[in-house]
Amino acid sequence: MAERYVKVYPRFERFWHWSQMVLILVLLFTGLGLNGLHDIVPFGPAVMAHIVAAGLLILLWIFAIFWHFTTGTWVHYVPTGQGLLRVARFYVYGIFKGEKHPFRKAYWRKHNPLQALTYLALKLILFPAVWITGVLALTYNFWETAPEATFWAGLVSNIHLLAAYAIAAFVIAHVYLLTVGHSFREHVRPMITGFDKIDLTPEEEAYLQADEPARIRPR
Amino acid sequence: MTNAKRPTLWPWLMAAIVAAAPLAAQQADDAGSASTADHSKFEALQKDFASGPEVTEACLSCHTEADDQVMHSIHFKWEYEHPETGQLLGKRNVINAFCGSVAGNEPRCTSCHAGYGWDDMRQSSAQAQATPDCLVCHDRSGQYTKTATGAGHVPLDPVPEGAKTITGKKAWAVDLSEAAQSVGQPTRANCGSCHFYGGGGDNVKHGDLSSALYEPPRSVDVHMSPDGENFTCSECHVSDRHEWAGSRYNVQATDPHGTGKPGEKRRVATCESCHGNEPHPVTLKGVKLNDHTDTLACQTCHIPEMARGGVATKTWWDWSTATKMDEAGKPYSESDFVESDGDHRHTYISKKGDFRWEENAKPIYAWFNGQVEYTTADRKIDPDEVVEINPLHGTPDGADSRIWPFKRMAGRQPYDSARNELVYSHVWGPETDTALWTNYDWSKAIAAGMEAAGEEYSGEYGFVDTYMYWPTTHMVAPAEDALDCESCHAEDGRMAGLTGVHMPGRTPFTAAGIFGLVMVLAALGGVILHAIVRLTTGGKGGDHG
Repeated sequence: MAERYVKVYPRFERFWHWSQMVLILVLLFTGLGLNGLHDIVPFGPAVMAHIVAAGLLILLWIFAIFWHFTTGTWVHYVPTGQGLLRVARFYVYGIFKGEKHPFRKAYWRKHNPLQALTYLALKLILFPAVWITGVLALTYNFWETAPEATFWAGLVSNIHLLAAYAIAAFVIAHVYLLTVGHSFREHVRPMITGFDKIDLTPEEEAYLQADEPARIRPR
Repeated sequence: MTNAKRPTLWPWLMAAIVAAAPLAAQQADDAGSASTADHSKFEALQKDFASGPEVTEACLSCHTEADDQVMHSIHFKWEYEHPETGQLLGKRNVINAFCGSVAGNEPRCTSCHAGYGWDDMRQSSAQAQATPDCLVCHDRSGQYTKTATGAGHVPLDPVPEGAKTITGKKAWAVDLSEAAQSVGQPTRANCGSCHFYGGGGDNVKHGDLSSALYEPPRSVDVHMSPDGENFTCSECHVSDRHEWAGSRYNVQATDPHGTGKPGEKRRVATCESCHGNEPHPVTLKGVKLNDHTDTLACQTCHIPEMARGGVATKTWWDWSTATKMDEAGKPYSESDFVESDGDHRHTYISKKGDFRWEENAKPIYAWFNGQVEYTTADRKIDPDEVVEINPLHGTPDGADSRIWPFKRMAGRQPYDSARNELVYSHVWGPETDTALWTNYDWSKAIAAGMEAAGEEYSGEYGFVDTYMYWPTTHMVAPAEDALDCESCHAEDGRMAGLTGVHMPGRTPFTAAGIFGLVMVLAALGGVILHAIVRLTTGGKGGDHG
């Protein structure tokens, strides 16, 4: 096994990540205002910004889903129990003892098991919950004649609110974990340059050097 | 989609309007210029008339069916049988929160009747043989008026000392001949001479109908302003056989039909009759605003304040403080409210009690399906509660219900404290020994009012708090002055307390809102705690190696 700097975050993934970040921040900020927690942006413009940002994010997600399936990168998010407990134990205990992080990034497994599970939950539960309820709320006028529409509208908006707050909680934990282990800057750098330190098998190393030299930094 | 249709519809609508020559005539400065008849050339009108009814007779010599039409209209009958509630309403019957009732005060109140000589509410206007008054609506000479206390009659030479007109001005001798020869379609001045002065003074009653609408700036009324559409009242209140669209007893509260086909007769005076049901442009914001039209009446956002244009409206009338005298034992008055146009308005009169006024006033908001019920004199009231003179019907789930703006008139007025019913009172009557404003004695005034209305009275009275609601529907502001979203979408917004509507921004701390915030705070607290433990137990934590 050799540890090499490999481009594991290609250009689209980085674009997806950072534009998603900006859009989520816009949505959280305007959403908090729309829910009545601040009035920094007037309600009307906040609604427009919220709708536009949500539309762009949904569009981005459509591209991202397409990208995951066509490139095969979805396998990074397949849940695995292997090492999951060790990582969890590290965050609640080992980290305070100065232990080393138990996870080594692999070419086809760039997230630790806990991380992968969290992202999967985000993508399969929280994001769909927020966009489905958002679209339902936006299109309320098309289904308001349904039976018990007022009750369902209340449910939709409560789910939207809870999912949004859960995403905000994720953002807090996500940013905090960038400070764990390496420096904050070192954690953020791969998502800018695309290159991260990866444990490669000799076969992977040989393949990258021979066929995709641009994806692997020289020693 | 509406926008795409509009360019093709408008030319047709305009053509239809132009084709209706009388409608066009009312827009023209030169009266009758678009009409096919010049009334000054009619022989029947070229004479000296000795009274209003003589003019009517002359009109009928050509317009043979006009009296029949007018006498069947609410303008003449002052009576309305509500088709939904079955209540017999109309000025002839109802009790209001202002001077109380027409009954008992006829020649004063019927000064604004569209007829001459109705002086007893116990008889219908037809039984009383009142004559329709053509001129009050059709005079275009501008010098026609009615005497304030003359049961609809006209001030003629010699005008008695101290006589006033229905708009409160010093009366002059009307030239009936000039008026008769000037006739045309009604202008704002015709309708306004009565409707702007409801309740006995400028804008006292409605809040959205005042003398400011004779020649309003665009900021006060986009439709009626000469700088805007320059509409007359009948542009929206279209008439058919002298009956008008638009009723305060039975309001067309929604108009799912919207705009009609080109040339189609409109019978409803709603915003949607012209603007359709998707009035905002097809932009992101416009579509979002169109989403509101099934919940909000147009007026709710587009009439941000009533009593604009410098004329205040009365919002409080406490009859219970009436009849106080000054040190000399004489009736007195105070005029402590100053309007933006500089006019002083009474805040106390011995005759009437205490008043409050508001200018540029925020309406109140309520679900409304158009039906208005009246607390008529036969209904029992609970004197410990505020009595609603005209409870509004409407529920959040109701098919025709939307949120509407209203002026809420508040006050205190007499009731029969033994029978727990509202009372009629005889307030006006300079010659009688029972009228309140002459004798300052409530027991006599109420007894006389009840007798005039043909109602039973126990002889005991008290004063009860009342509310009366007036739909706010005139004084539509320019679009740029419409309410902003946050006027309502805010914690203490205009619709605070209104139930049955999901309104983001109004209640941030619902159960879900609180739970969500706790979740975020827990995440924040968790990472802070984690960081503190990390820092105190040795360094940054493990490396990947």
